[in-house]
Amino acid sequence: MSSRRQDTGALDRLSFRFTTGTLAGLALFLLAAPTLIVVIVSFTSGLSLRFPPPGFSFRWYESLADSWQLQFAARNSLMVGILATALAVLLGVPAALAIGTGTGNRLTRALDQFFLSPLILPGLAFGLASLIFFTAAGLNVSITTLVIGHTVVCVPYVIRNTVAALAQLDPALIDSSLSLGASRLTTFRRVTLPSIGSGIMSGAFICFMASFDNIPVSLFLRDAATDMLPVRMWQDLEGRLDVTVAAASTALILFTVVMAGLMERFLGLSRRLQ
Amino acid sequence: MTTAATIHPPRLAAPLALFFALFFAVPLVLLLGVSLQAGEAGGYGLSQYARFFADGLGARVLSRTLLIGLETTIACLLLGYPLALIYRNAPPWGRSVITLIVLLPLLTSVVVRTFAWIVILGRQGLVNTTLQSLGLIDLPLKLLYTEGGLIVALTQVQLPLMFLPLAGTLARIPPNLEDASAALGAGAWRTFFRVTLPLSIPGALAGCTLTFAAAVTAFITQTLVGGGQMLLMPSYIYQQAISLQNWPFAAAISMVFLAAVLAILALIAALGRLAKGVAHV
Repeated sequence: MSSRRQDTGALDRLSFRFTTGTLAGLALFLLAAPTLIVVIVSFTSGLSLRFPPPGFSFRWYESLADSWQLQFAARNSLMVGILATALAVLLGVPAALAIGTGTGNRLTRALDQFFLSPLILPGLAFGLASLIFFTAAGLNVSITTLVIGHTVVCVPYVIRNTVAALAQLDPALIDSSLSLGASRLTTFRRVTLPSIGSGIMSGAFICFMASFDNIPVSLFLRDAATDMLPVRMWQDLEGRLDVTVAAASTALILFTVVMAGLMERFLGLSRRLQ
Repeated sequence: MTTAATIHPPRLAAPLALFFALFFAVPLVLLLGVSLQAGEAGGYGLSQYARFFADGLGARVLSRTLLIGLETTIACLLLGYPLALIYRNAPPWGRSVITLIVLLPLLTSVVVRTFAWIVILGRQGLVNTTLQSLGLIDLPLKLLYTEGGLIVALTQVQLPLMFLPLAGTLARIPPNLEDASAALGAGAWRTFFRVTLPLSIPGALAGCTLTFAAAVTAFITQTLVGGGQMLLMPSYIYQQAISLQNWPFAAAISMVFLAAVLAILALIAALGRLAKGVAHV
């Protein structure tokens, strides 16, 4: 009797482990494999996206080095990303301070929801809305309009990470600093900022990556003079499945790995993303 | 007196609030206004909305878009939940490996991730060449530009968004609750369905919210893997706004899309409140 119960217990445990293990393995495979495939296919000697590639060559990297359109778009994306991130930090960190250390009253909760809403709103609807807005205001699309649009959709990452870092900060530290006679500014500089600095940096990093990768806003606020990298790559793929995009993608993957590695090394980024 | 609770007054949020009011709220109000323009003749009314629902095309595009979002969300939940469970019980090195595999795609450009699926699902792609070399098929299967292919690609692209909140919530469940359940004689499945799953519902719903919102609006993956034949709400908006320059109709489609997505997210949130009540009982 009891041995039968143990048998069914073992079977129960085994079937549970098998099911979760298989699905989790499938998830990991699904997440990792595509990246590797992009890297492999970028070294193809063929003219098409055939996989496995017929041979090895650097021809698509040479083609990437010659592609002034992709490089021009990459420079624009980099500039917009840096400017939008700077603006998002300047506006987002004070807002996060008000939200994070506020006593959780109705106003700060409403502001929190308002500032995070671009995360769940269909991006294309906001992109079109921005285009209508800037046209009505008589402004032509430019780097400036792109920076403004990107800041709106990317500032939530700065806020979320800064608020999370503030939640770890003991209010007693601020109280003691203030009661020992330090001014508000000194307290911010010497107590608050050092303990939330890495949270702000993580938020800024994710904000930059989100801007660099943004399509829905760029699609509407960009023109030939302000081409953006993801939109350029999308158009190259829609038209003719250009293999140069594989080389550009591999370059981007390398860029991401290096950036994420640096962030992990200095900030422990992965602990902050949950 | 200044204290920790008052050192950062709400007015610190004023600059961003103004910025959002001007560049986020006003544009959305303008979008609504433009969607109410009747057309060439001028005047205001609901004619753009009437046109959207008139011939059944709009309703079909909307329901197909929401369905694809739903299917992607379910697929992400089925794969992301077990991964989060494994992550929770993994040794530190295992956690690092999983974190790396989850985060890198999240930080990699969506165009790059979608591009990978073109290579995998294409006529000369990985799946077709493998099946052909095994002699299982003679002619390449059509995988790209199908709904199935799109769901697989969307699932991979959005999976990290499901995993992160789930892993966070599972980490906060005290392990001794499950130990107690096991000690009281419940098996692994029963413990999972009666203890772990109910306690993790907030994380699962947060994951579902992010995954669904991202999947329905994933313009790049939808156009590149779904293809031009499969009209979904984002490409419908893009087509009307950019290709045909019909802003009033594009604005109306955007408003319908916005309302539908917000309604479904509100439904998910309501389910969360309901589940909370159940979990307490």
